[in-house]
Amino acid sequence: MTSPVQMPEVRVRRPLQRRTFGFRIWPWLVTLAICIALPWVFYDWHHGRHSGFMLSMLSQMGMMVIFALSFNMLLGQAGLLSFCHSVLFGFGGYTTVHLLNAAGAGELPVPIELMPLLAGLSGLAFAIVIGFIATRQRSTAFAMITLGIVQLMTTAATMFHHFFGGEGGINTDRQIGISLFGLDYGSSTQVYYLIIAWMMIAAIAMYYHTGTPLGRMANACRDNHERAQFVGYDPKVVRFLQFALSGFFAGIGGGLFAITYEIVTFDAVAAPLAANALLMAYIGGATTFVGPVLGAILITALRSGVSLMSNSWLVYVGILFIGMVTFAPAGLTGIVLAHAPIARAGQLHRLWLSYLRLLVPSLLTLLGFVGMVELLSFLTIGAAQGKQLSLFGYPLDIASTAPWLAAMFCLVAGGWWLWYETDRVRLAWKDVVTALPRSGAAT
Amino acid sequence: MQLSLISLLDGLVYGMLLFMLASGLTLILSMMGVLNFAHASIYMLGAYFAYQISVWFGFWPAFVIAPILCGLIGAAIEVWGLRRAHHNGHVAELLFTFGLVFIIGRSVQMAWGMLPMPYHVPQSLDFPLFSIYGENFPAYRGFMLLVSAGMLCTIWLLLKKTRVGLIIQAALTHPDMVSALGHNVPRVFTIVFAGGSLLAGLAGVIAGNYFTTDSGMADAMGPIVFVVVIVGGLGSLAGCFIASIIMGMVQTFSVVIDYSLADALKPIGITLTNSDLLGEILTTPVSRIGPLVPYVLLILILLFRPRGLLGTRET
Repeated sequence: MTSPVQMPEVRVRRPLQRRTFGFRIWPWLVTLAICIALPWVFYDWHHGRHSGFMLSMLSQMGMMVIFALSFNMLLGQAGLLSFCHSVLFGFGGYTTVHLLNAAGAGELPVPIELMPLLAGLSGLAFAIVIGFIATRQRSTAFAMITLGIVQLMTTAATMFHHFFGGEGGINTDRQIGISLFGLDYGSSTQVYYLIIAWMMIAAIAMYYHTGTPLGRMANACRDNHERAQFVGYDPKVVRFLQFALSGFFAGIGGGLFAITYEIVTFDAVAAPLAANALLMAYIGGATTFVGPVLGAILITALRSGVSLMSNSWLVYVGILFIGMVTFAPAGLTGIVLAHAPIARAGQLHRLWLSYLRLLVPSLLTLLGFVGMVELLSFLTIGAAQGKQLSLFGYPLDIASTAPWLAAMFCLVAGGWWLWYETDRVRLAWKDVVTALPRSGAAT
Repeated sequence: MQLSLISLLDGLVYGMLLFMLASGLTLILSMMGVLNFAHASIYMLGAYFAYQISVWFGFWPAFVIAPILCGLIGAAIEVWGLRRAHHNGHVAELLFTFGLVFIIGRSVQMAWGMLPMPYHVPQSLDFPLFSIYGENFPAYRGFMLLVSAGMLCTIWLLLKKTRVGLIIQAALTHPDMVSALGHNVPRVFTIVFAGGSLLAGLAGVIAGNYFTTDSGMADAMGPIVFVVVIVGGLGSLAGCFIASIIMGMVQTFSVVIDYSLADALKPIGITLTNSDLLGEILTTPVSRIGPLVPYVLLILILLFRPRGLLGTRET
């Protein structure tokens, strides 16, 4: 079998000489400024307090950005598909809970701001243990071992009470009274800024890592591990180091998780969380550094937003995911990057019109699809929960045929129109790309 | 004694059921290189279809129609989904099936609701077949054994005695050579994928009423089937069969063993208490630790014998 963990061909490649160890500072400063300002955008001036929903969602985004980036150190950078990344995350979480409890009892004089660092170190230690087993293999065998590990750890976490607390998990209290800045972390605003601080530190460290010799060798082993061996590197060692380091960052994420929610259960170890990381990295675009960040923000927003309104958000995520895998394997950032050569040639204006024409049919199709899924789900799950389907505040009768017909019409007509328009886009794209000075940019 | 005989038969039933699922998966994995995550979801679909059809027409039509429906769905997935994703590499195919798991899992909940289905053993098979030392062996388990044995013979004959079977066998180990010889390998892929899905659906039909039919059954079965495939080894149905039976026995017997590892250490003079994590692991009886065994086995196999028990090549 050929290696199943091959990254798609569309890939950003900057010339090596332009890539130095120092990096431009302003994108990071802008990101930091946005992160600091965001809670105030949603500030409830009427009541004079922060929006609790937005703050918890933003905090979750911060954690997930670290988690997705550390996952992409394996998937995107090293070509390793790991299903046990949640184990490293959860292990950091469990350790933090125990450390917080010890600190709360006065046995451990560590300020809460440094707890994520300790969590990261525990993640690193655990990643060294697991990585020693798993990274001896690559590609499919690696993926299968990690699948075994995640099942093993999840089952163990529900079974044993001493470290994992069994099915109920372990509780803690983050107000341990020891802080570098004299904060008590009673409010979630303070926790949000702690998360942002660690997110920036971790992201900068991971970005720096992509330029180091180890990060470069990880790319080399992903693309052609035999040639990497000929150059004189041992791919096993590269894989092992990369895995251990990604465990460190996942542990930091887990530590922040424990501090935010003050409880860690087996869910923080289980496979669905690892699947989430995969979704984020892949939908955002595993071939770029910012891809997973984008994916983490998008998926978390979808998860918090759509799951509030709809029972069936997993169907939407599944469809989105399958669509991305089939039509845009380089993810959202990959789609944007494919336009870079066209923009450089100043030909972007030739595509705008055909993209604009896509808008109406895609919205129509989306409306029809969402309508069908919602109607179906209200027929069974919604009825069991005693909910009432409403559209813009008006209750809809799911027993009558009108909404079904309307949704079906939107889906079929929109789908047919969309199909027609995508054909035109494909033609326009072909025209533009063949007219480029250096063709073969992307198809 | 009575316990072990009935357990032996139960283990055999469970092992054969695992083989029905794992045989399709091992063929798909070794031929196409696709780690098909949606295989257990098809198994679940089989059970739900069988329930629905048995409500309308009775069990026997369901027994025939539901697996065929699953096979058709499998063929559709291969032709319209996987083939497209194939251009983007193996990881894209794997992720494609991964997305299918979400969609199928949620669609089943949407169509049939969250509660377990009242899918029962048919009246005509609901009697004790025979009894050993006062314990009854239900006829339905005998029927399951019969069906899986029949399936075993059928695929053996298909693979060994027909032309398609020969090509499939060749494509298992040398897919490039087979296509170089002018065979339509994509069509062989479709056949194998549909056949594997059909078997998974059949397993769902006969297991749905033996266990329970609910939306968690795919998640419960999926990981075990993967373990079976890897332990058995790629490209080997015989290895897959042995691994299935072993796993069936392990799962059945571990439930009835009430000793722990600490009990084994007692004669040497080591006594452990349930006071820390290690102590807890060692003092938990095997019957509770049982669910861990398959995964430990999987990791050990991949470490020390990556090709599996009878595999022809490394994973």
